[in-house]
Amino acid sequence: MTVIDAQGLTKRYGRATVVDGVTFAIAPGEIFGLLGPNGAGKTTTILMLLGLTEISSGQARVVGHDPVRQPLQVKRRVGYLPDAVGFYDHLSAADNLRYTARLIGLGPAEREQRIAAALARVQLDDVADKRVATFSRGMRQRLGLAEILMKDVAIAILDEPTSGLDPQATAELLAMIRGLKHDGVAVLISSHLLNRVQSVCDRVALFQAGKIVLLGTVEELGRQVLGGGFAVDVEAQGADLAERLRQVPGVRSVETTGPDRFRLLAERDVRPEAAAAVVSGGGRLTHLAVEAPDLEVIYGRYFEAQGVRHAA
Amino acid sequence: MRREGSPWRGLGVVFLKELSDHLTSARMRVLEWLVVLTALAALYGAIQQLRESTAEDPFLFLRLFTTTREQYPLPSFVSFLAFLVPLMAIGLGFDSVNGEHNRRTLSRILAQPIYRDALLFGKFLGGLATLSISLIALWLLVIGLGMFLLGQPPGGEEMARAFIFLLVTIAYGGVWLALAMLFSIIFRSAATAALVTLGLWLFLTVIWSALAPAIAAVIVPPDPRYTALGLPTPETTELQTMLARLSPSTLFAEVVLALLDPTTRALGPIYLSQLQGAVVGAPLPMAESLMMAWPQIVGLVAGTIVLFVIGYVVFQRQEVRA
Repeated sequence: MTVIDAQGLTKRYGRATVVDGVTFAIAPGEIFGLLGPNGAGKTTTILMLLGLTEISSGQARVVGHDPVRQPLQVKRRVGYLPDAVGFYDHLSAADNLRYTARLIGLGPAEREQRIAAALARVQLDDVADKRVATFSRGMRQRLGLAEILMKDVAIAILDEPTSGLDPQATAELLAMIRGLKHDGVAVLISSHLLNRVQSVCDRVALFQAGKIVLLGTVEELGRQVLGGGFAVDVEAQGADLAERLRQVPGVRSVETTGPDRFRLLAERDVRPEAAAAVVSGGGRLTHLAVEAPDLEVIYGRYFEAQGVRHAA
Repeated sequence: MRREGSPWRGLGVVFLKELSDHLTSARMRVLEWLVVLTALAALYGAIQQLRESTAEDPFLFLRLFTTTREQYPLPSFVSFLAFLVPLMAIGLGFDSVNGEHNRRTLSRILAQPIYRDALLFGKFLGGLATLSISLIALWLLVIGLGMFLLGQPPGGEEMARAFIFLLVTIAYGGVWLALAMLFSIIFRSAATAALVTLGLWLFLTVIWSALAPAIAAVIVPPDPRYTALGLPTPETTELQTMLARLSPSTLFAEVVLALLDPTTRALGPIYLSQLQGAVVGAPLPMAESLMMAWPQIVGLVAGTIVLFVIGYVVFQRQEVRA
């Protein structure tokens, strides 16, 4: 059972191929990140899934429906927060949601109840009757999220939800996105800000020039690209430490980065084993830190290896 | 490949939203006052003129619409309408689609379970309804003031003619609304769309009527035998009328002439054969007047539909993303 199943999705404009044979699937309740530089084809992929632009070739099933032939059924169960979402400035936040609720086809009683609940969840209930013209960017994004909450969807598609937000607004928004997952809603996030989104994603697909070049959990990608997702920094004094650390299971390589400083590349977090190795050899451990695999690094390293200029 | 679901879903919602937006917008209020004030000025001029002429006129009431004051001439009510209705329609339509693009609301609205058809058609109907409400109010105002100031109730046929005139005026507004919406689909910038629509309106209303005779004379040069007699060449005149009728303003003016002046016997050139046995100055029955103006009326409605359909096709093929 998948909420989104894309098979070889392709979009051509004349001769240019914007999205080229993209294949992925999203399970219910999963947060899936569509990451890559601007212009890599993320938004076009989303629009194809929503039936808002035609699919040149390939197939998509969204909540079990074909977005080309059954767009209404698809759009009934999918919430979409476009890049830099806009609202009718002369209407209040609640009135904007009322218009959408009518378009969705909610009855009057249910409408009011759901709007109130959605606005409360995104903490906009105290400004519900203020005109949207006075809203900040972060408030508009939250209002867009309220629209999705009101709609009772199976999947929420968020296009660049955090771009242009300050760190606090970003953190709030990401917390709300986790809340969606908690409700069993699958989330598809597209973003060019790799690190910010990495923290909430269960799995990610890295886009480059219309193709998915890497797909999996961040750890998997780290193992695949970096040869080991975790970097452990060790500062310790003792004899023959580099060799001892190399013996630790799971460690791929040891690099001596300075006097009494070592950097281990490992498949997993090997801090306990490394500490034990140092201490059992009579060494003095002064510092131990782990760096989880980082998408930015993975991304950069991957394209270095491919000889492509990193555009993000 | 057939798509499923009704294209009308959400039409009523969009229609009501557009209607309420228009009716509460400052732009609409300004346009309404402009129309009401100028129309009242024209009406005032007409009534002054009508009071002076003592001749018995069976269609006194219709004169309200078409009479111009002789002293300090003021355009008639109808010519004011012919000028201001397009302005109002363009004002309602020039930013209807590109406005959604620029506010970045389009993709959000289209992600709701409706087709684009409902959005576009709802917008058009909303604009047309707004236009109709203003025109009906204005029309009732004119009839009421006419009764009050002339002290004479309108006859049944006068009311019927005036009512058809109202419907034609709405259709005339529809043409310009559809044109404005077409440009609002084609051009992303509302200012560009407004300028292009206004430019085309000025061209069709003012310049085209002067250009049509010149173009006709180039395509079908006047026959020197007619020219020698000081007469227009029938073929040239025919082409000239045909060209002039490409402009909705010409069509509207002709319908108005046929409907509001019952003595009108023909639109365009009159041939001698048509005058045989005619009692000059005798009014035509309403059905005959309507028959005479029928092609023009159909032309206005057809123009609206054609312009809307072109806009519809362009809109369906357009990319949603900003």
